[in-house]
Amino acid sequence: MGAAKRPDEPAATEWPARLHVVTGKGGTGKTSVAAALALALATGGRRTLLVEVEGRQGIAQLFDTEPFPYAERHLTDAPGGGEVRALAVDAEEALLEYLDMFYKLGGAGRALRKLGAIDFATTIAPGLRDVLLTGKVKEATTRTAGQRRVYDAVVLDAPPTGRIGRFLNVTAETARLARVGPIKTQSEGVAALLRSPMTAVHVVTLLEEMPVQETVDAIDELTSLGFPVGRVIVNGTRPPLPVGRPVTPDELAGGLHAAGLPADERTVSGLAAEARDQVIRRELEDSLRTDLVELGLPMVELPLLPDGVDRAGLDRLAEALVRAD
Amino acid sequence: MPSDNVAPPLDVDRILADPGVRIVVCCGAGGVGKTTTAAALALRAAEEHGRRTVVLTIDPARRLAQSLGLTELDNTPRQVKGIDVEASGGELHAMMLDMKRTFDDVVLQHTDPAKAAEIFANPFYAAMSSTFAGTQEYMAMEKLGQLHARGEWDLIVVDTPPSRSALDFLDAPARLSRFLDGRMLRLLLAPARTGGRSMFTFVTAGFGVFSKVVQKILGAQLLTDLSGFVAALDSMFGGFRQRAEQTYRILQARETAFLLVAAPEPDAVREAAYFAGRLRDEKMPLAGLVLNRVHRPAVPDLGPDESLAAAERLAEQGGHEGTVDVLRAHAALAQQAVREQRVATRFTEAFPTVPAVSVTAQPADVHDVDGLRTIGAAISRV
Repeated sequence: MGAAKRPDEPAATEWPARLHVVTGKGGTGKTSVAAALALALATGGRRTLLVEVEGRQGIAQLFDTEPFPYAERHLTDAPGGGEVRALAVDAEEALLEYLDMFYKLGGAGRALRKLGAIDFATTIAPGLRDVLLTGKVKEATTRTAGQRRVYDAVVLDAPPTGRIGRFLNVTAETARLARVGPIKTQSEGVAALLRSPMTAVHVVTLLEEMPVQETVDAIDELTSLGFPVGRVIVNGTRPPLPVGRPVTPDELAGGLHAAGLPADERTVSGLAAEARDQVIRRELEDSLRTDLVELGLPMVELPLLPDGVDRAGLDRLAEALVRAD
Repeated sequence: MPSDNVAPPLDVDRILADPGVRIVVCCGAGGVGKTTTAAALALRAAEEHGRRTVVLTIDPARRLAQSLGLTELDNTPRQVKGIDVEASGGELHAMMLDMKRTFDDVVLQHTDPAKAAEIFANPFYAAMSSTFAGTQEYMAMEKLGQLHARGEWDLIVVDTPPSRSALDFLDAPARLSRFLDGRMLRLLLAPARTGGRSMFTFVTAGFGVFSKVVQKILGAQLLTDLSGFVAALDSMFGGFRQRAEQTYRILQARETAFLLVAAPEPDAVREAAYFAGRLRDEKMPLAGLVLNRVHRPAVPDLGPDESLAAAERLAEQGGHEGTVDVLRAHAALAQQAVREQRVATRFTEAFPTVPAVSVTAQPADVHDVDGLRTIGAAISRV
């Protein structure tokens, strides 16, 4: 399991960070990309941790497994002897764990829960929830066993672009409320990690107008908050269309005839309309791709998976991510 | 035509024209065109059915907002100009939800100005009104309740927040109630109610390990702020809960129609199915499913395999490059349509009686009134 590697060596030179935060507009395939990245970074005998924080059990659904408890579990093997583990962080459990770690609560933790204190604390204390979630991610990222880190990389399936800035920036919120004490220390530790070169925030998008707009906005926000933006990951891309002059109805009718297909007017005009829509769509995609390129960030394109995201599909995405330059 | 073959057809026009329907709630996963659908339905209700309509949007795409004349978040419905309502006599108003301002209004309404000022100055309030988990959902409900209470509109179309889960919208009132009823809150309130000035009373009163831990972790300053905040809000809790429950009942009433919005992708369809189950459990009126972005070949008789085989044949033969490309593109489209239908079937199998309509994917994104009109017509195609 790569035991000879030095503890501070990144999982892959093209993906230099150790904590990979994956965000994106809803519907862009953020969870699939996060899973594929965890696979990619585990390839060749490394160990990675895939973390989700929104209680959606998206990883379990993606891999068609039982819901994950609040514990790090083996998720899947990666090509070349690697391992991906998974963790669904739950704010309440994280708080209890945290309390136990610092205050040796024992049975008192259960009493707290009975009192509704845990529910209360994670609901009312704004930002506390997110501090706990990111705190757990930080702990996993920096955890060591013996001389080396337990995980070569941690991939976080983070909240969507609309909430990512606020989620990562919990410290500002928390610092306003808790001016002293362990929560403040905890948030400062998380903030330092998230703003360090150990972290990269990747934004997943599709070549559609709204996801691209949100990507541009999110990168703006992340940059102004001081978070290191990694890559723009364009999901669901299709191979380029052959560029040629549009086919005329007569040519199309002739071609269909030659292929032994019906060449009635309905078929010809229908196919011509499909081709026209296709061209409009592709032109829009090209112009959106240009907008993304202009962001000046490293970009990687992932292929559209025609058969949906199954395990074979994830491996394809992982391969594309490994090849990213 | 995915899903249409199995599910009963959804007649959106009948819903929009029905004077008994006063609220249409569009819900579903993020990224399925929920906001666009809500805006298109509202436009159609005004233009085609002559209804005085207001659409409540939450965080719309910038260009869509601009097309509705919404240049800033001002929390007040603005009339949308430049639409075609001469014949129908309808009106369209639009607004974007301003979460913080809505919260401020609620506070002002339920308390006196001095107390309100005290609440606004508390750091907890600032944080809670902008980041409290579920605040956006709760405020969307609150705003809906307000618009409904004003009685100025024939029809209110609501777009739901892009939540972690579409269910958050339904859970907001229950979560608020649970919070308000929590024993923890009672404990925090105890000193205020007994005349104590701060949490120190609470702490020294000896609540054992818990109070010590809380003070250690959160710090005394934070507890003082929190106690002050909770005490200040205390007078408003009754009103809060009452309104949340009221809005909840409105959502259950016959005047409301829930429309699930989804795209033919596994996640979106799964989310729609969860939501359909929840609406059934909560006895809320589910009117149907709008399946957006469905790909439909213009020549359905030519299957993907046949099209691809013909393309290969023709490519070998040579001389018909243009047709080869067209046939390959058609094969890909037909393949996608088959796939999408398979995904959509998962919903209709689970909820065979829920009416559904498929909306064909547009080649380009919608961000003007003409585009919304086209979408509205496509949704209403029966």
